Amino acid sequence: MIDRRDFLKGCLACGVTAASIGVVGKNALAAGSFEGYPDAMGVLVDLTRCVGCRSCEAACNNEQKLPDPDLPFDDQSVFKEERRTTAKAYTVVNKYEVADKDTLFRKMQCNHCNEPACLTSCFVNAYTKTKEGAVIYNSKVCVGCRNCMIACPFNIPAYSYSSPTNPLIKKCIFCYETRLKNGRPPACVEICPQQVMTFGHRSDLIEMGHERIKNDPSKYVSKIYGEKEVGGTSWMYLSSVDFDKIGLDNHMQNEPIISNVKDFLGMVPMVLSIWPALFTGIHLLATKNKGEHGDHDHKEGDQQ
Amino acid sequence: MKQYLTRNPNTQLVNSLRTDNDKGRRWTLVEKLLLGLTPQQYLAQTFKNPLNWFFAIVFAVGIPVIIGRFIFGLEWATGGPQSNAWGLFLGFGLFGMVPLSSSGFQMGSAVEVFGRHDMEPLERLGILNGILGYFFAVVFLMVDLGQPWRLPYPMVVSWGPASVLFLVAWHVATYLSVQAAEMSTSFFEWMGWPAGRTVIKKMALGLAVAGIILSTLHQGALGALSSYAPGKIHPLWYSSSFQWLYFFVSSLPGGLCMVIVVSTIVIKTMAWRCDDNFKLNLDKLHISLAKGASMGLITYLTIRMIGVAHDNKWAYLATGWGAWWMFEIGFGVILSLFLLTTGVRKNNITLIRLGAWTTILGVVLNRLNVYLITFNWKHGEIEIPPLREFMITITIYCIYIATYRFILYRWPILFRWKTQYSEYAVLEATPAAIPAAIAAVAELEACPVGK
Repeated sequence: MIDRRDFLKGCLACGVTAASIGVVGKNALAAGSFEGYPDAMGVLVDLTRCVGCRSCEAACNNEQKLPDPDLPFDDQSVFKEERRTTAKAYTVVNKYEVADKDTLFRKMQCNHCNEPACLTSCFVNAYTKTKEGAVIYNSKVCVGCRNCMIACPFNIPAYSYSSPTNPLIKKCIFCYETRLKNGRPPACVEICPQQVMTFGHRSDLIEMGHERIKNDPSKYVSKIYGEKEVGGTSWMYLSSVDFDKIGLDNHMQNEPIISNVKDFLGMVPMVLSIWPALFTGIHLLATKNKGEHGDHDHKEGDQQ
Repeated sequence: MKQYLTRNPNTQLVNSLRTDNDKGRRWTLVEKLLLGLTPQQYLAQTFKNPLNWFFAIVFAVGIPVIIGRFIFGLEWATGGPQSNAWGLFLGFGLFGMVPLSSSGFQMGSAVEVFGRHDMEPLERLGILNGILGYFFAVVFLMVDLGQPWRLPYPMVVSWGPASVLFLVAWHVATYLSVQAAEMSTSFFEWMGWPAGRTVIKKMALGLAVAGIILSTLHQGALGALSSYAPGKIHPLWYSSSFQWLYFFVSSLPGGLCMVIVVSTIVIKTMAWRCDDNFKLNLDKLHISLAKGASMGLITYLTIRMIGVAHDNKWAYLATGWGAWWMFEIGFGVILSLFLLTTGVRKNNITLIRLGAWTTILGVVLNRLNVYLITFNWKHGEIEIPPLREFMITITIYCIYIATYRFILYRWPILFRWKTQYSEYAVLEATPAAIPAAIAAVAELEACPVGK
């Protein structure tokens, strides 16, 4: 028998435990929406300044030791069609004719999301978001399912399909190994003659972007693309025209892509734990009093 | 084989003991493989079958292309699409075949869990249809993966447990083992190893429940995979809240109708292989399956409508994509539903079989729409896979049909394997006879074969 005192003590202990579990639970919930590493770096791209010289493409090709391009980097004929990143080009510049304004150029490369879809969709965990902000890729474990290409909302990762024995994902890695790790800006940022891109802490860049919009509201649309899109990206854009007109989806969700599958993934352990008892129970109910509860295959040996 | 048997009605088929001069002897493995025919007879019937000639042409052309894909790389085979990264191999081969293979868990659970023993004549066919569909979905995956030799990596080298594909990989692998165990009973009977069969039979309920769990999750997961691409799939085919339900619910009528379709083909082309139990019950079972499929379809139709209403996507219906969506729903769901329910009400098996065809075509069309046709719809053009991709897809599908037929010809799927122990003990409902029979079998196993 427990006396009243012990009982109360027990209650108290339980309460404390429950409270502490509650605290842990809240922390876990907070970690559920990851908003990026505090000291992550980023790049603010001011598209109003870009003149389409493609020197960033050349610098990237050189830095990442990519194969020679089909057309030289000073060839302007590439602007005839809208291009995307490929296994041979981690960044490309496209030209957009916008009706009431003149032409606009947009550089495209990996935007290095805070909570990247490529990373969260990868079943071998080949991607890593580093504390510096880069999304890097481990070619040693990649199986080549290309789910990251399906998942990337910006259609960035490319696959070197042409290699029969070692095809891999090819994408911008923020010059992580050669530059970012040592605090240096990526090659494309450094080469730009127009100072289109500003390298810095992501939080500072957001401030700077809003400042520019505030100081010249007629020049910019009132939005930093990438501040909120899919949970925020390390690379962000300022533009003089609606982002839809320059190939950036202006209706992108603000929650990271992973949030679309969280409900489903949360259901998995529930199905795993509830179904066995549920269906065994249904079996017991369905076959009760049927008299063939065991081996119902007894007709097996019938003679023809 | 059908034609051969019409000409030679006295041919002895492998299904039990020999009945001719050396009566009571067991068939040897070679005899079993040749269906009881001599090699000459077997070849003669093989050459007579026009389907074999069709396969011969497909394989002669297609198998070199499959080999070429591994020598020259994926770009040679599929053109290396950067934006629509998943083509026919996954769009049709994986996403199209897996829902039609849900028959395995449905037939298994109908018999083992819900006690519907009247379904037994189709249970093994349902499970075979399941395992072959999954197996060939994995074959398609192996052709599509950039580095297929790394397929075990998500299991042993590097885990990405936050990924839906990780769940699919684990569940499909586990479920393939579950189905292999369920299917092994037929194989054990065919090989003459009743002990193995007895062990598996004891696990039947557990395996069936495991089948329900794994199927609920990975059929849904194949839909959840598309939730990663919200802006790319056309809104009418996309719903972040319900996508996994669309895929799971539509797989149920898909799998049941696949059983109707396959057993219809079977009864038309290889009735010689079916026993009376199968033949006499088939029409009745088709009606039962059609009832189940109708309930699945009406549920599916309802949730697709709710999906459109939930996100208020009605405006899209007035566009070209909307017309295509209405075709998918009209043909694959509403027409199927009409055919199946009318067939059930009027006892019209032809309508039911027609409805089963439109159902499975509708399910496959839905998967192609999600992963191929509407994928990147904002780019304004539909990416059409190159010729070699079609050739490889058709070739693998033909290998699937050939394997399917090979097993149906031999293993006791469509008929009961009449074993020797039936001569020693009559396994009537008296439970005491069962251990006696098993003992008799064990005794027989100990004796040298062929006496």
